[in-house]
Amino acid sequence: MISQSATPTNPGFVPPGAKDFQFPPIWGDSIYLTKPVILIGLSVVIISSFLLAATRNKAVVPGRLQFAGEGVYTLVRNTLGRDVIGPEYLKFVPLLFSIFCFILVNNIFGIVPLIQFPTMSHIGFPVAVMIFSYVTYHYIGVEKHGLVKYLKDICFMPGIPKPVYLILTPVEILTYFVTRPLTLSLRLFANMFAGHLLLLVFAFGGEYLISSGLIMKVLGVFSFGMAVGLSFFELGIQCLQAYIFTLLSALYIAGALAEGH
Amino acid sequence: MKMTGTLAIVGFGLSTIGPGIATGLIFAAYINGLARQPEARGLLQPIAFLGFALAEALALFGLVLAFVLK
Repeated sequence: MISQSATPTNPGFVPPGAKDFQFPPIWGDSIYLTKPVILIGLSVVIISSFLLAATRNKAVVPGRLQFAGEGVYTLVRNTLGRDVIGPEYLKFVPLLFSIFCFILVNNIFGIVPLIQFPTMSHIGFPVAVMIFSYVTYHYIGVEKHGLVKYLKDICFMPGIPKPVYLILTPVEILTYFVTRPLTLSLRLFANMFAGHLLLLVFAFGGEYLISSGLIMKVLGVFSFGMAVGLSFFELGIQCLQAYIFTLLSALYIAGALAEGH
Repeated sequence: MKMTGTLAIVGFGLSTIGPGIATGLIFAAYINGLARQPEARGLLQPIAFLGFALAEALALFGLVLAFVLK
């Protein structure tokens, strides 16, 4: 009843899909310079200028900017570094802090007016961030335990009855080398993709309804209201995903550092 | 009646059942814990949201697959 049949003047409602995540090249016909690439560059500029501004006039009683910067840093250092990794946490804080800020700013682009595109909804970007975390936790594991002992600990977890290894060893190898990196990057990507799609459904739907009949206009306004409300819901998800990604990176690093994993 | 669309979306619907139940269980346990010991909020909240995000991600993998497997 609500759906209208397609006519030449009214093409019907076209639901948003994966095609809405493809952007035309901004300059010339270079396929590499698109909106997400610009946004990645913009995020680096935003983060570095914010941190430089926050630390320029250091004072014992922090100003507003310094307080904000210290708040983010304290969150990463204490709840993600110290509580998860343990006594050796301090040398991993810069990595965790960079990952957290980078993902956070790029996610929040999803609801900033005029930008409205979470960069991390292109799979390439989460994979690139994941590679940092993946290489780090294997590298420090090998550095701490030596290659042979590290691999032996992964394959044969100590203190377990021998027959269990038959099942445990393949699962452990799969976990460390395939599922962990895969889920780490896919989780972030899928959350941002789904969130952006959700907003698109309500925004496109509202636009379509407003261009239809009179009663539909009211529903269209309601649909736009939903899009605005969901934007705030998305803000929560975006912060949470940045936190989760960093937390899991810290957990993997802690696992690689621990004796016998 | 003629229906159009992809079966993958039905698959996505099915894939949300498990995470839906999981999310419910996580928050049920969280609320239970808070009701018994309200001062444990600071300790429970991050764990609850970590569990929620991990469970929710499974449903989202279903969504991604629904788009990938056309």
